[in-house]
Amino acid sequence: PFLFFLLSFRSNRPTAPSLPQPSSITKPPHTMLTRLASRSALRVLSNATQSFRSHGVSVNETISTDKRPAVTSMSEQEQFLREHTRRFAETEIKPKVREMDEKSSMDANIIKACFDQGLMGIETAPELQGAGLSFMSSILVVEELARVDPAVSVMVDVQNTLINTTIRKWANKAQQEKWLPRLATDTLGSFCLSEWGSGSDAFSLKTKAEAKGDQFVINGSKAWITNANEAGLYIVMANVAPEQGYKGITAFLVERSNPGLVIGKKEDKLGIRASSTCEVILKDCVVSKEDILGQIGKGYKIAIESLNEGRIGIAAQQLGLAQGAFDYTIPYLMQRKQFDSPIAKFQAVQHQFARASCEIASARVLTYNAARLKEEGKSFVEEAAMAKLIASEVAEKVSSACINLLGGVGFTKDVPVEKFFRDCKVGQIYEGTSNIQLQTIAKAILRAYEN
Amino acid sequence: MSVATKVLVGVKRAIDYAVKVRVKADKTGVETANVKFSMNPFDEIAVEEAIRMKEKGLTKEVVAVSIGPQKCQEVLRTALAMGADRGIHIQTDQEVQPLDVAKIFRKVSETEKPQLIILGKQAIDDDCNQTSQMLAGLLDWPQATFASSIEVDADTSKLKVVREVDGGLETLSLGLPSVVSCDLRLNKPRYATLPNIMKAKQKPIATHTPESLGVTLDPRLQTVSVEEPPVRSAGIKVKTVDELVA
Repeated sequence: PFLFFLLSFRSNRPTAPSLPQPSSITKPPHTMLTRLASRSALRVLSNATQSFRSHGVSVNETISTDKRPAVTSMSEQEQFLREHTRRFAETEIKPKVREMDEKSSMDANIIKACFDQGLMGIETAPELQGAGLSFMSSILVVEELARVDPAVSVMVDVQNTLINTTIRKWANKAQQEKWLPRLATDTLGSFCLSEWGSGSDAFSLKTKAEAKGDQFVINGSKAWITNANEAGLYIVMANVAPEQGYKGITAFLVERSNPGLVIGKKEDKLGIRASSTCEVILKDCVVSKEDILGQIGKGYKIAIESLNEGRIGIAAQQLGLAQGAFDYTIPYLMQRKQFDSPIAKFQAVQHQFARASCEIASARVLTYNAARLKEEGKSFVEEAAMAKLIASEVAEKVSSACINLLGGVGFTKDVPVEKFFRDCKVGQIYEGTSNIQLQTIAKAILRAYEN
Repeated sequence: MSVATKVLVGVKRAIDYAVKVRVKADKTGVETANVKFSMNPFDEIAVEEAIRMKEKGLTKEVVAVSIGPQKCQEVLRTALAMGADRGIHIQTDQEVQPLDVAKIFRKVSETEKPQLIILGKQAIDDDCNQTSQMLAGLLDWPQATFASSIEVDADTSKLKVVREVDGGLETLSLGLPSVVSCDLRLNKPRYATLPNIMKAKQKPIATHTPESLGVTLDPRLQTVSVEEPPVRSAGIKVKTVDELVA
């Protein structure tokens, strides 16, 4: 019944028809609606009425007209940031995209340009050389970069949403003052969690950290590590007490200069080839107590929380990818003529790109909403999982449809869309596979419907 | 050692170069509603040159000036984000033609007393290429237009400016104060970095009107009509050179 949906939608978690939390609401619905609602909904309403009466508000009062902006509405600053990043990406990054993909290597000048532009420390405080902007700003930057090159986008995304956020949340003052400025100005970071034997089952990781006096000796090898080739700082998850299972997992800060850290095999990938994905080998890697992030045993929590946020970043990357493929395709369709007409005028073609646009729009709303929920300090784990799941699937659908619409040229490297198609696949895999996202969402649903 | 305590830079809010401009149905001008505007590209080059002079220690302060509606503040913010210290906005919704721009700049110079005024050679909306020349005339200052390189001699406080002219390159020596207009190849403007964009929010922008400066806008040119260029027609073939020349 509509009423039920209304009440449960307004609170942040799809709770059972019980009391909506006062902070997130909206006064009770208009009386006319109550007459239209079904009996169960009326029961809901009477419960709600009780709570509202207890706050001194009666059911007959009209709904508050606090104007709330649309999820896709941007503040002036956000709009400026989007245009600024787009301009930077189109002028500085676009010319190098194909070469970096062919060579499977990120141009050092591009990395430097991203640092110089301030794109690597978006949320870091200005006193620590960052831009002091919001999470939504990071999302917009990641999206706009992905519109041109998803590989550059993921590099910037990992730096901001995984590395910087983790340090901001868990590092002590000394570690923050040491690392945040460097991460904002010249040092790339890598997040080392996965191993050959543990992907989705991340916390069965086998890398060990043995305590030796005031130090720890880390041994193990990490796999699929983004940015590993160019990074200067590695956040390494290792277990100090394997007998305690995941409770022993601890996050360590390891510098590239540490002789016990060696970059191993670099993967030769289908897509986002310019983004380095390597094995990171820890062999008798000695770190001190001061290099522990947070506390011993906090690694699990640190990893889970960072990945929840990182998920929204990946959603933004996939969204930008889809948009980039789309933005290339439509002008082409308007020019390409067959049977004496631009093919954009054919109804079948129109239906195809109209549908693609709907897919992109829904991915956008999911992604931006998850970002805004996080900014509001509300629960966002389920929404983040949905955003990443849907955006990565949309990226595949849209880039694939765009190649079809472009015809033969779409299948060649002369046109950037084949790269978007190759790049999109990993979106359903990294930072939590689609199956894992579905699990997360299912669990949240079951929790919500428990009563 | 600074030769100029202050450099004034003019920045105009013009339709973005990438926009496909459309002529209005009534032929009075081009469509400006819902169209993207940004800083005139030649003015970006002017700002960049001024900032570079500040970075080399040749000037202490760079002040950006813009004339036009409220939205000009965006363009001033961009200049501030690139590194200008202060902004001055002369607010008006009326059309301001080059002579009036020059008169306003003259008035601003009387208060600000800059040693150097750097402008873009022309705006990409009207392509007038008149303001810097008129301003130099009104101020009775030396000028160098179409600059493709500016060198400052700190010892003599003179500028050596290379200009792009029809016949090639011309080098001029100017004393200060003077007016210089920039051409395309002078420099490649920087992108404002995110931290600078944030810092720019704290920098002051002072707002005036032409009247408050004692300038009455007096447009002397009237646009009679604006039309699209004629549609390209097919070429014709001729049989002989004589036919072609006839």
